Amino acid sequence: MALAVLALVALAVGAYPVSLSEIASALGLRSAPLSDAAQTVIWQIRGPRVIGAMLVGAALSSSGAAYQGLFRNPLVSPDILGVAAGAALGAVLGIYLSLPVIGIEALSFGGGLVAVTLVYTVAAGIGHRDPVLVLVLTGVVIGALLGSGVALLKYLADPLNQLPAITFWLLGSLAAFNRADLWVLAPTVILALVPLALLRWRLDVMSLGEEEATALGVNVRSVRGAVIIGATLMTAASVSVSGIVGWVGLLVPHLARLIVGPAFARLLPMTLVIGAGFLLLVDTVARTVGVVEMPLGVLTAVLGTPVFIWLLARGRRGGW
Amino acid sequence: MVSAVIAIEALSFGYPGRTVGDAVSFALEPGEVMCLLGPNGGGKSTLLKTVLGLLPLQGGTIRVDGEDTADWTAQRRALSLGYVPQSGAGQFAYSVAEMVLMGRTAHHSAFAPPGAHDRAIAAEAMAALGISALAERDWLKISGGERQLALIARALAQQPRVLILDEPTANLDFGNQVRVLAEVRRLAAQGLAVIFATHHPEQAFACADKVAVLHAGRLERQGTPDAIITAETMRTVYGIEVEIVPVGDSRLKICVPKDWR
Repeated sequence: MALAVLALVALAVGAYPVSLSEIASALGLRSAPLSDAAQTVIWQIRGPRVIGAMLVGAALSSSGAAYQGLFRNPLVSPDILGVAAGAALGAVLGIYLSLPVIGIEALSFGGGLVAVTLVYTVAAGIGHRDPVLVLVLTGVVIGALLGSGVALLKYLADPLNQLPAITFWLLGSLAAFNRADLWVLAPTVILALVPLALLRWRLDVMSLGEEEATALGVNVRSVRGAVIIGATLMTAASVSVSGIVGWVGLLVPHLARLIVGPAFARLLPMTLVIGAGFLLLVDTVARTVGVVEMPLGVLTAVLGTPVFIWLLARGRRGGW
Repeated sequence: MVSAVIAIEALSFGYPGRTVGDAVSFALEPGEVMCLLGPNGGGKSTLLKTVLGLLPLQGGTIRVDGEDTADWTAQRRALSLGYVPQSGAGQFAYSVAEMVLMGRTAHHSAFAPPGAHDRAIAAEAMAALGISALAERDWLKISGGERQLALIARALAQQPRVLILDEPTANLDFGNQVRVLAEVRRLAAQGLAVIFATHHPEQAFACADKVAVLHAGRLERQGTPDAIITAETMRTVYGIEVEIVPVGDSRLKICVPKDWR
């Protein structure tokens, strides 16, 4: 409900303000004619962006919640396995090669998936008594390697055209989001949510640790694989259209856990709603508050840091 | 003769690439309690984890109700073998009831939610251990002893044939140690076979039918507490001199280290 109100407000405000009655007309609730400009703003520009912001927020938050349970660590975020680093390298490469937007997004999506596959393969090859620890550490290491690739491309990039574009992408933005993006993002996110939703009871057991989960009868390898695939797909799709938007995937699951507790069957829907609302709010602020668009990543960090410090102080006393 | 609910034969166990022990054999009938003693690093946890299927079998057979468990899935194992790990606090603030309900996991396919039937069984298990009042409490905010009882309740909710407890009294205060052991005894009386590892030989006198001592990877000493827990065993296994002192005319005995006198 609050989310719907927020979406309406987000549709209305912006460089070209639209009235609520115009939105009602566009949605077919009123028969009053609509100006072409309003029509375009609602259907072509702002509508897709509003939905996109909600999808990206929901995707980043729910994959963060899934990873936090899976890795038994409340401090991991959806890019823990190198998705964001791989996606960033892909996108920066695309910008460096002066590819069209769709090419940049495709490279970014592919880069994210390749990075996670690499992390997973390397970790499986190492083998260890504690596979989760190796997986996370491998993610950190490979992420750092990919990060150096990004740094190299930034160094080589044309400082007048490409470098600002790269910087802007790395800070996260939905300014270029359009209907075509929506057609990629929406099905991917919905598809990737399926394993998380189906395995919601198993995810609780997984959060006790893999050994305990096995003793309780969970097929740990297949659950872990399915959850990682789902969470990775969602994250990669989100990052490829929005750039790096930090904090959301770390923060929102914590807020949701405060409200409904850690049981994933209740946590997942709450995370989706809060995540969608939070990023929509941030994106709306980003495009309305200043003369130029604010980068999303900057806003989420400014909002996220104090909230996270508060969570840390609270967590030390009472757990998550 | 009652047939064994769990029978281990010529078991080799350890971690991948490193064998910790071998030639381990034992069998338990319903209602029997076996106490596993042995020094730190002697492989007690490794042995229990191998029996539970958490570590790959390196040799030998594990039979439950006469059936070889080598090909069993984790889910099938969990239907027969209940595991009570050493209680760590964990990370997330589940309620005690939610935690106990997770004992029902193996009774469902991967996608199915637990139903009213499962909640009833979980509630029953909590009632059996006298912790119904804790149901809605936060897992991270109850005491170590309460957590241990809840973990036993969770294993009971699995409705297993064999209950395996890894040092169930470690980190518990004296009162809770006594309470947990009393529960173990009571559950065995209801027909469960119980295996528990411990560092306290007195606990074997208090609640075990059998004692097995895991020393240097072998289970060479097995038998009744009276036959096994002797000054000679304590000297060989732990390297200390003790006197075994009977307590009044009960079956209890205590081990008093001679160094302390």
